[in-house]
Amino acid sequence: MSSVLYDTPGPRAKVRNWIYSGIFVVLFGLVLWWALSLMGEKGQLDADKWTPFVTDSRIWTTYLIPGLMETLKAGALSMVIALPLGALLGIGRLSDHTGVRAAVGAWVEFFRAIPVLMLMLFSSALYAPQLMDVPSETRPFWAVVTGLVLYNSAVIAEIVRAGVLSLPKGQAEAAKAIGLRKGQTMTHVLLPQAVTAMLPALVSQLVVILKDTALGGALLGFAELLSMNRQIAANYSNTIATMFVIALIYIAVNFALTTLASWLEKRLRQSKKSTGAVVEGDVAEVDAGGAAGVGKAP
Amino acid sequence: MFDFLDSGQYNVLGAFWVTVQLTLYSAVGSLIWGTVLAGMRVSPVPLLRGFGTAYVNLVRNTPLTLVVIACSLGLSQTLGIDLGGTTFKETGFRLAVLGLIAYTGTFVCEALRSGINTVPVGQAEAARALGLSFFQVLTLIVLPQAFRAVVAPLANVLIALTKNTTVAATIGVAEAALLMKEMLENEAQAVFAVFAVFALGFVLLTLPTGLLLGWVSKRVAVKR
Repeated sequence: MSSVLYDTPGPRAKVRNWIYSGIFVVLFGLVLWWALSLMGEKGQLDADKWTPFVTDSRIWTTYLIPGLMETLKAGALSMVIALPLGALLGIGRLSDHTGVRAAVGAWVEFFRAIPVLMLMLFSSALYAPQLMDVPSETRPFWAVVTGLVLYNSAVIAEIVRAGVLSLPKGQAEAAKAIGLRKGQTMTHVLLPQAVTAMLPALVSQLVVILKDTALGGALLGFAELLSMNRQIAANYSNTIATMFVIALIYIAVNFALTTLASWLEKRLRQSKKSTGAVVEGDVAEVDAGGAAGVGKAP
Repeated sequence: MFDFLDSGQYNVLGAFWVTVQLTLYSAVGSLIWGTVLAGMRVSPVPLLRGFGTAYVNLVRNTPLTLVVIACSLGLSQTLGIDLGGTTFKETGFRLAVLGLIAYTGTFVCEALRSGINTVPVGQAEAARALGLSFFQVLTLIVLPQAFRAVVAPLANVLIALTKNTTVAATIGVAEAALLMKEMLENEAQAVFAVFAVFALGFVLLTLPTGLLLGWVSKRVAVKR
């Protein structure tokens, strides 16, 4: 592969690249060897710490799979509730009425500025017996979902707004010219097109939601995937092995979603049917300023 | 309603000070680590590119909570690495900073990479025509322009980092979220007031950052 940052390597550059690769392999190997020998010293590499994940199916059926299910359930439910809420807030921010715009804007900015963990803690306190008295078995789950919905509906509102604003102005003007009302323009013309532009960003947001469910496990006693670490390690005393396997599960699920998001984005950019507008994962993205930048391969 | 603030039982300002310290140390660390990662991802050495890509994809898809807890349970409690911290408090703080840097570095790297894309091809071509090496092209020509283009995305990363420092509560670092949890448990009659205090604290931390860096990004942006 060549790039505009460097010439296609000739014989000398190739040798130099091999030398750099060699140095990197040696350094990386040293770090790895140090880590592994430290783990070996503490007995973390013993076979009986790792084999349960292959030999003992109970570790999967009692802990890992139910944990993953809880994670996915909380993530999916939050997304399903946050989507319509976020759409409403996003449309509210584009309203022609100054009052609505200001009120919704303040709401969205407020919830975007607060850490999702604090929203979860707050929801959990709200659901305590003194106030709303949600049954204690389901309280962590609902606290996590409420926190995630409050935060992510605000984020989705920004995504919706960016999606609608990314459409060419002619769309709204043409709708107005054929006599559609404001509401009709939004629901029949702008939103359907904006949704396709928003898809990659929404999928990326789902990854963020899934990752944030882990907070509920750590501080609210929500029995999701990460919190299974404590229970498995208590039974098999294999903290590092368990962490490793749990991390792999998270990475597998999220990597699939991230790949889906970037595939969607690529398709949308190339598609001739859509406007080619895309809202990227990070809403306030840097202005890409022209297609042929330095980092892209020619 | 807010009398819990006068009781002297809670050090709200102290907790927010820990949050600010976590943010500052992690911000500096992840800026450096993210720049190194970005350099690796665009470098001519295939192995470094591969490592950078693999690291970013793996760490970005792991929950920060897991990264921070792994630092505490795995590194510190199981393997006995305490990063030179002598007390539980000191070690916890350093481990949290380490986890935050490892995680946030990937986002800095991706922001920088998108910034590198905004530098016109001619800049790098002209630099190469002058005979500059890859390292010179990157550090003298491309990165300075890329940094100016990514002030706004980096500001978003910084704001996200400020909010992410609350994750340090999971390993017992005495920052704002942990104090909030304790206060919510003790002051059950003042749930809304406690939430208001901490929400205000975070609005005060993140809003000026966004405004200031938004202004900076407009000032330093390369006019093309």
